[in-house]
Amino acid sequence: MTKKKKAIMETLHAFPFLLPSVIGLFIFCLIPLVISVFLSMTDWNGLEKLTSSGFFAKHFIGLENYIKILSGKEFYQVLLNTCYFIVLYIPLMLAASIGIAMLLNSPRKGIGLYRILYYIPVLTSWVAGALIWRWVLSPQYGIMNNILAMFHITGPNWLQDAKWAMPAIVMASVWKDMGFFGLILLSGLQGISKSYYEAAKVDGAGKWKQFSSITLPLLTPTLFFVLVVALINSFQLFPQVMIMTDGGPNGATQVMVERIYNYGFRYFKMGYAAAFSWLLFIIIFALTSLQLKMQKGWVHYD
Amino acid sequence: MKKALAVAMVLVMVLGMVGCGSTDASTTDATVTTDTTNTTDTTATTAETDTTAADTTSVSTDPVTITYCNFNASGANEAVLASMYEKFHEQYPNITVEIETIGYSDYFTQMQTRVAGGTAPDCYELNIENFAAYASNGVLAEISGVDTSGINQTALKAFNVDGVQYGIPGCFSNVVLVYNKDLFDQAGIAYPTNDWTWDDAQTAAEAIRALGDDIYGVYAPITYNEFFKVAAQYGGSLLNADKTEFTVNSPENITAATMMVERVTKSNVQPTTAQMGSMGDWDLFESGKLGMIATGIWSFSTFADACKFNWDIAVEPGGTQKATHFFSNAYVVNVDSKNKEAATTWINWLASSADAANLRIAAGWDLPAITDQTVLNTYLELTPPDNREAVFESLNYLVVPPIIKDYSMMSDIITEKLSLAATGSITAEEALNQAQEELTSTITLK
Repeated sequence: MTKKKKAIMETLHAFPFLLPSVIGLFIFCLIPLVISVFLSMTDWNGLEKLTSSGFFAKHFIGLENYIKILSGKEFYQVLLNTCYFIVLYIPLMLAASIGIAMLLNSPRKGIGLYRILYYIPVLTSWVAGALIWRWVLSPQYGIMNNILAMFHITGPNWLQDAKWAMPAIVMASVWKDMGFFGLILLSGLQGISKSYYEAAKVDGAGKWKQFSSITLPLLTPTLFFVLVVALINSFQLFPQVMIMTDGGPNGATQVMVERIYNYGFRYFKMGYAAAFSWLLFIIIFALTSLQLKMQKGWVHYD
Repeated sequence: MKKALAVAMVLVMVLGMVGCGSTDASTTDATVTTDTTNTTDTTATTAETDTTAADTTSVSTDPVTITYCNFNASGANEAVLASMYEKFHEQYPNITVEIETIGYSDYFTQMQTRVAGGTAPDCYELNIENFAAYASNGVLAEISGVDTSGINQTALKAFNVDGVQYGIPGCFSNVVLVYNKDLFDQAGIAYPTNDWTWDDAQTAAEAIRALGDDIYGVYAPITYNEFFKVAAQYGGSLLNADKTEFTVNSPENITAATMMVERVTKSNVQPTTAQMGSMGDWDLFESGKLGMIATGIWSFSTFADACKFNWDIAVEPGGTQKATHFFSNAYVVNVDSKNKEAATTWINWLASSADAANLRIAAGWDLPAITDQTVLNTYLELTPPDNREAVFESLNYLVVPPIIKDYSMMSDIITEKLSLAATGSITAEEALNQAQEELTSTITLK
């Protein structure tokens, strides 16, 4: 057999094994994805059956949804809120995850228990977590303000204060995600050969120099992955907002997916919501491509 | 041979796994996956045959099974609904109803998906906000062939769109002024009467507020739902008469909104959000720290259990005139239902029969939207509160919400602007001007 023919035969042999996932992917992801492109160009209200006769002809409005979204103020306000979340969330989350990874990297007693403890928030559902956080952040009865009071600080009204609602959501999100990213960074840390540190100690490098010259540069591939995933997830911020603040107070925590949900399921403007979600996709896609391009500048692959 | 066996096993796995969903983790997709069934071509023909059947025959006696979905019974009242169905089945043994009760928070998302996918039940329940959207999008069947004379005609009219009856009011509830008699005694002032205006209420609220730092005089939510009613109490309305224009920032509306907002920001007889902490308004009343609260009659059973003080109710105070809420849920029939006749019979029975009404009242659930006073009198005999007549007297001044297609969007915009005014960052007038601007630019009325 020629090499090419062998390669084709191999692919054909693999195909049946891929079929279960591929079928699921097709039916529940790819086909709806394609349909949603067409839906975004209609004024569908989410109630009328898509298979009714002449549906597309009746409801087609071209790019009107996109124009309406981009020429209104809401889209940019919501984008700003999302960016506000990202600017607060990413640095905090990175710091917390790296911290956890460093802590878990050195062997000490009970390390297995700590790994579990840090990972448990990741495993809880957002609904449960958000409800608990709502109580923690209660201005009068919540633990957060009680702890602050011990340091003689009067805590703000958190979720009812337009200035503090988004930081509150950032806190809850960091708590939930730091175990997940911490674990990924931990595996990245464990991939760094110990010989580097030994050599550095021989040369007389202190802890901080070791961290900044060995750990960080060699961690950059993992950091890159964490950054890409975290950024994509932050643009899709949703359950915390719906449960903790419901887009309030006064629209301070309205983010992109929250708007999509409301337009689709509360205001009966499913076509508009589809257009909104495609705009979100374009933004995430553009940002991820940018990151992929920029990685040559700061990621060290050895 | 081995290869063939492997391929065969995989094919078996595939057949088993087609039902299992996607592997995508946490992406929230706004698009709805449509289940294409074969109901499309039959829709037109079914509608035709159904209307002809309704014209020629009365209730047919062939055994038929229909599906009914609701949210109102969820929680405490599923047993009551089940006993209602038993009574119904005795009178109509040929109609079997499969009842589905879904919690309010999930109800409308799942109903919308089902309607779009063609798997909606034969009949179901809708609240006012969603009724307008469903009715104007042609997914509801016209209600015909049943006797609706025993039903409260104002409620019936609320579910009539362009002359076509699309829903039957299943229950009604309204909002009254609930007050803490002990606090009134403490302040040495007279109890509210059914003739009070908001000026009287303000005087009483200030007297009660003076009783203590953490005691408040009155609470009425500053939301869209309250606003359209208070606006009516000052002679204003959110839309013009034929619903072609928004009149949100009319002078009467501004007076109403200013009154609502200044209760919080100027005289502080109503607590700010910060002062509430994360206590709800009912919690505040139940703790005995609130003199008066404008809230729904569905609070009675909760207050009866939780309030350790004497309380009673009065018709809500008026402005230049009285206006009271009227909340009603509609029972509707699916336009694609193959059993419209049976479905209509069931929902009409549920809404207007004396049996259902008596069960509903006895369970303290809510009030049937009927006109039969003898049935309604059993409601009056229950206490607390003593002054239950106020519930029915409120009906004399009722205003229905201004139903338009984009109802939810309108209510969200107005609530957002009003809560901004309640924080004191803008005045009530600015809030209404902004609301008017945003509404005219985002919502197109007929």
